[in-house]
Amino acid sequence: METQKYTPKDFKSGQDVRWCPGCGDFMVLASLQKAMSELNHNKEDYAVVSGIGCSSRFPYYMNTYGFHGIHGRAALLASGVKVANPKLSVWQITGDGDALAIGGNHFIHEVRRNVNVNVLLFNNQIYGLTKGQYSPTSLMGQKTKTSPHGTVEVPFNPGQLTIGAGGRFFARTIDNNVKETVEIFKYADGFKGTSIIEILQNCVIFNNGAHSAITDKETREDNQLWVEHGKPMIFGKEQNKGIILDGVKLKVVEIGKNGISENNILVHDMHEEDTTIHNALLKMKLPEFPEVFGIIRAVEDETYDDLLDKQIVGIKQKSKISCMDDLLNSGSTWEV
Amino acid sequence: MSKKVIDLDNVVVKFAGDSGDGIQLSGTQFTNTTALMGEEVATFPDYPAEIRAPQGTVGGVSGFQLHFGKNIHTPGDKCDVLVALNPAAIMANIKMIKRGGTIIADIDTFSEKNLEKAGFEEDTLDKIKQDYKLIEAPISSMTQETLKESGLDIKVIMKSKNMFALGIVYNLFGFPTKHSEDFFDEKFKNKPELAKANKKVLKGGFNYAAAIQAMPSFRVHAPTDLKGKYRNISGNVATAWGLLAAAEKTGLKLFLGSYPITPASEILMEISNRKDLGAKSFQAEDEIGGIVSAIGASFAGNLAATSTSGPGLALKSEALGLAVITELPLVVVNVQRGGPSTGLPTKTEQSDLFQALAGRNGESPVPVIAASTPSNCFEYAYEAARIALEHMTPVLLLTDSYLANGTEAWRIPQMKDLQNISTKFINSDAEEYLPYERDENLVRKWAVPGMKGFEHRIGGLEKMDITGTVSYVPVNHEKMTELRENKVEKIADFIPDQIVEGNPESETLILGWGSTYGHITSAITELKDEGIELAFAQFNYIMPLPKNTSEVLAKYKKIIVCELNRGQFAAYLRMKFPEYKYEQVNKVQGLPFTVADIKTSIKQKLEN
Repeated sequence: METQKYTPKDFKSGQDVRWCPGCGDFMVLASLQKAMSELNHNKEDYAVVSGIGCSSRFPYYMNTYGFHGIHGRAALLASGVKVANPKLSVWQITGDGDALAIGGNHFIHEVRRNVNVNVLLFNNQIYGLTKGQYSPTSLMGQKTKTSPHGTVEVPFNPGQLTIGAGGRFFARTIDNNVKETVEIFKYADGFKGTSIIEILQNCVIFNNGAHSAITDKETREDNQLWVEHGKPMIFGKEQNKGIILDGVKLKVVEIGKNGISENNILVHDMHEEDTTIHNALLKMKLPEFPEVFGIIRAVEDETYDDLLDKQIVGIKQKSKISCMDDLLNSGSTWEV
Repeated sequence: MSKKVIDLDNVVVKFAGDSGDGIQLSGTQFTNTTALMGEEVATFPDYPAEIRAPQGTVGGVSGFQLHFGKNIHTPGDKCDVLVALNPAAIMANIKMIKRGGTIIADIDTFSEKNLEKAGFEEDTLDKIKQDYKLIEAPISSMTQETLKESGLDIKVIMKSKNMFALGIVYNLFGFPTKHSEDFFDEKFKNKPELAKANKKVLKGGFNYAAAIQAMPSFRVHAPTDLKGKYRNISGNVATAWGLLAAAEKTGLKLFLGSYPITPASEILMEISNRKDLGAKSFQAEDEIGGIVSAIGASFAGNLAATSTSGPGLALKSEALGLAVITELPLVVVNVQRGGPSTGLPTKTEQSDLFQALAGRNGESPVPVIAASTPSNCFEYAYEAARIALEHMTPVLLLTDSYLANGTEAWRIPQMKDLQNISTKFINSDAEEYLPYERDENLVRKWAVPGMKGFEHRIGGLEKMDITGTVSYVPVNHEKMTELRENKVEKIADFIPDQIVEGNPESETLILGWGSTYGHITSAITELKDEGIELAFAQFNYIMPLPKNTSEVLAKYKKIIVCELNRGQFAAYLRMKFPEYKYEQVNKVQGLPFTVADIKTSIKQKLEN
């Protein structure tokens, strides 16, 4: 079937966008609208669902089928929609509170089941809509309205959590990097399985600058490692730093020093089944390491929705019961 | 000397033993054979919540009761025959055996230790012998004897003693062992030695009973004369099948999102096994996951359902509100059990009525209907789906543990005879789609992903009337609240009037709802034989109530509401129709009413 050609404008709904001026969500909205206009689906085949939180208002702003759900349950809405109609391209919008606190249980089970949906996980390390309480990704010691003396909890690392739950796809991007974000969205759409995309998103009101150490223009090239499949892990203003494997640990090295050449640098393999390197990359934190971005892991496997459909087709072929009347009259019956 | 033959119109038999003794299997086997012999039959399993409760104790006794013969509406109050595989099984049931009834007990288990564990005192056995006909059958040792050359392990051998007991009971009623033999051939297709062993023990029991003169023999009167093809069905299976039937009738795919919970799990199990009919079941990680996945599936155009029991419904409350505000079709089945909290997981109660009617935040009207027999769970599950789809609303179907696990003979319906269901999909050539535009019955249209040109957004935030965009306008919220309420009230135009059974001209109306139908019917019939004629109305439609409800209530001087809770339906009626006076008969023991309970209570109320 011929698919229509779209522009990002076709994906804008008429609703006023009600995020705070300067919110990182605007850029992510623009990125998804752009990605969808470039993808090969009909507009009516997109379903955008969400939970609760600032980012979860997202579906209202998309001119697609959309469902704004309840807090923490976006993963189930997405799973229900996809399992009910596997032909749809399903996009789940969720935040660090929605997905990792109240919806943490659903998140890990969604990943484990490998339902073929795309998950935009907005991570601003704070509760915005409820006005500034700490979230499960807030930093240890972070002072917020509910942690006036600093938190005393260790945050989740969304990437490691995903991989721990058996995740097949994990990518990381930054709200204002539209170019990379669009590419990641497009790749995730084609990827068969649950695609988790963590987006470092800046909450201008309650946690402004949370990611600035990573995103500041001055330092970002030294503090961001964008991995690309098949390419060596090189970064830095001078493109002279790289990651090597030193024993069982990653290490930052300078190319040209201590006999290190580009050949010594780790080459990214996002399709590697083994999680060791992917995990190690996700664990990298400033200042010892840059933080990792791009598609870190993309290892396809059977999806829940496909397997269920296959089971149904197989069982339909074998079963003697093909309609309700067959079922009603099956087994022990008797005439009076 | 010939055997004593006892003639009866109907008979109640109960199998009881340790929860690992295979009681439920003997019970279902006997039920199936009884049904195949053309008898009306109703059953009720009664088992502890623990999978293997302490052996030999009264608390660990598992039971299976069945009632067969003619005019069967309940699994029976007290039993004519109790098969007890240990002393505790007698102790647990002693109050529920008819005086003079027969107890067939495995005498091999009557060791001093077991008698003590069961709470027998020195003279207990003598007292039992005075009041009942106790047949001391060496079931364990004869089972062992029957299989001594089988080469099977003693543990395996002892597991088949339930079949020895079943063989005895078949003989008492002159029923053939063939159906159970066929069952074993099928069940142990790949383990012929086990099929052979079970069949041998079954035959052994049958022959033993034939040889023992002390065994009575029963002749039960002719079965029902309503012509047709019958099968045996439990409430849970009937519920699952009702949903499957609604999906087939409408051409929609069925999606069930659920989480296992006693006593509702069987609905999830049954639908999971119906992939041949294209049904999709999604075993979620929790109760909330069950309902939210179903709401997602409903948004995507499936006939969506979730099944649970009381505690699970509590967890689903918030999501049920989401289905209310998004006005999506959804069937929520609540198989009630004893509460609050974990309560009595395997026992029956009707105490979730308030939860069903009002257990949500906000003004959140949900239609509520209740099934009243194991087999009409099919009809009401189908009806729940019809109302959900035709009125674009979640619907709560109440059954309970008694209906769910109970079985009865059921005249098999034909799909072509089931009422049509008209779905509310928007016409694909419609010019525009306004998600909250309503028809004359206040029902909105359904547009699902994949339908071109009707892209729209819905969600849990209040909707603007007609357009469905987010709205915080105060008067709009009030208007939408009223619309949602009126939409549900309007369903009353599409459900049958309440019927009155018994003698409608009586001055007293006995009123029940849901699963108490069988016991109340039997009580009304028996009271009529005693010269007390009563009117009787059993409600299946709770929210909204049938349109003629007030008219029905107005006719009677005395209204007695019988229910298995502290008076929730009575309170609901007091709220709806405060002009009438309601008396109550209530029971909260985790058990169904007995016919005797109801008769006694009614007689007391009539005297006052």
